[in-house]
Amino acid sequence: MLERTGAMTGTVQRHALYCRGLVYQVGERRLIDGIDLDFLPFGISTIVGYNGAGKSLLLRLLHGLLEPSEGAVLWNGKPLSAKARHHQAMVFQKPVILRRTVLDNLRFALASRGIRDRKQALAALERVGLSGLESRPARLLSGGEKQRLALGQAIGCNPDVLFLDEATASLDPASVHAIEQIVLAASAEGTKVIMVTHDVGQARRLSDEVIFIDQGRILEQAPAGSFFASPSTRHAAAYLEGRLPETHQHPSQN
Amino acid sequence: MQDFASELKGALTQILSMDSGFVEIIGLSLRVSLSATAFSCLLGLVLGAFLAVSKFRGRQGCIILLNALMGLPPVVVGLFVYLNLSRAGPLGWLGLLYTPTAMIIAQTILITPIVAALSRQVLEDLHDEYREHFASLGLGMPAQIRAVLWDGRYSLITVALAAFGRSVAEVGAVIIVGGNIEHLTRVMTTAIALETSKGNLSLAVALGIVLLAIALAVNAMVASLRLSASRLGYA
Ligand SMILES: Nc1ncnc2c1ncn2[C@@H]1O[C@H](COP(=O)(O)OP(=O)(O)OP(=O)(O)O)[C@@H](O)[C@H]1O
Ligand SMILES: [Mg+2]
Repeated sequence: MLERTGAMTGTVQRHALYCRGLVYQVGERRLIDGIDLDFLPFGISTIVGYNGAGKSLLLRLLHGLLEPSEGAVLWNGKPLSAKARHHQAMVFQKPVILRRTVLDNLRFALASRGIRDRKQALAALERVGLSGLESRPARLLSGGEKQRLALGQAIGCNPDVLFLDEATASLDPASVHAIEQIVLAASAEGTKVIMVTHDVGQARRLSDEVIFIDQGRILEQAPAGSFFASPSTRHAAAYLEGRLPETHQHPSQN
Repeated sequence: MQDFASELKGALTQILSMDSGFVEIIGLSLRVSLSATAFSCLLGLVLGAFLAVSKFRGRQGCIILLNALMGLPPVVVGLFVYLNLSRAGPLGWLGLLYTPTAMIIAQTILITPIVAALSRQVLEDLHDEYREHFASLGLGMPAQIRAVLWDGRYSLITVALAAFGRSVAEVGAVIIVGGNIEHLTRVMTTAIALETSKGNLSLAVALGIVLLAIALAVNAMVASLRLSASRLGYA
């Protein structure tokens, strides 16, 4: 399904992340239902799908925050370990904010990567447009500012893989643009970005490839251009047009 | 009623005079209870943090036991420490019975479960909130414990104040292991018990007023801590 273009073959691969036969089951429900996935080794891969499709769960499994019920996530050919997580970073759908100042939140995250330089933390804050807020209690930030703080932490860690779960969901248009530039820059510097978004425009602007999932299964994985021009499944086409698919009322109601 | 009024007047005179015996009693009370609070925080926070962050078989049992120990009757703790420290007891050779040290030991035993159980709850809630962030950062257990201890600082100070309040107001344990010896182990609560039984009500009332004032001050500190924590969004 995945078409690799000529330009892709020359790029040096910093890592490889893929999964085989991934299942995440709670009770009888297979929330992630047998996923085999090889990401493009570079650039931005975007996961799209309806609410409840399993996008956030898939990111958590890929990042090793959840243990799969079956199958495995592989990092450079080896099962995911805690050590692998030091090469990755994730921005959650609901960012977790410590009871400290903005700068201390950032420094806490960077310290986990052995980065203790205050200047580097300040630079990361500047990158996400939070300069001047460094001594604010971070939990008093607005939703969008919290989101930026989380992104600043993740990017400041200079990860090989960056997971973004609807990282721009509560941002104003100017901030969305700023964050997209940051993500593109990180990607250009060699960070592999795997993101979830409901913003189709954003997916179009940023993605190198798109993965469409529905009810815990991959229905389509395609280069961004061809996915948006002509999705090969009815479900993906319906999603792009903003309709619920005909075959089921709503993904979570079955 | 006339009696009461005169006792009250006597009590106020007593407080205002600040004579050395009176001040000595209050000083020893504070020294014993603050020491016990410090030791119980050392032990209780470590235990509470460990229980909050770790997963092991029997953890739930430990938590239930700890919660039950919060209600330890002071006299039972006093008796237990007495049996251990009395001359015939296993630790009798230390010669600690009827010393302030014995009182500190008894109160530490009394309030360590309070610190451990309350801080366990505080830290576990925090840790649940932070779990995925910590996992994503790949933090080890010691780093996680340090982080939740720091982030729970406001609530944990409140826990320490509650423990101090309990120890300073307690009489059953200190009277058994301290013996209420004048100039040596007499503290506010034991003095109140003794002076009341001797009919020296003005001294008892004076000490009672001081105890109440301490309780009020502790609660005022708790309230102001709560306020500043919520102002910072740290509640
Ligand atoms: N721990 C859990 N136990 C039971 N069900 C769960 C659990 N976690 C998630 N689910 C269910 O799994 C499904 C997928 O959840 P997930 O959070 O991955 O959805 P999503 O694709 O990210 O949706 P959204 O676009 O709304 O964020 C949902 O139906 C959710 O209710
Ligand atoms: Mg989600």
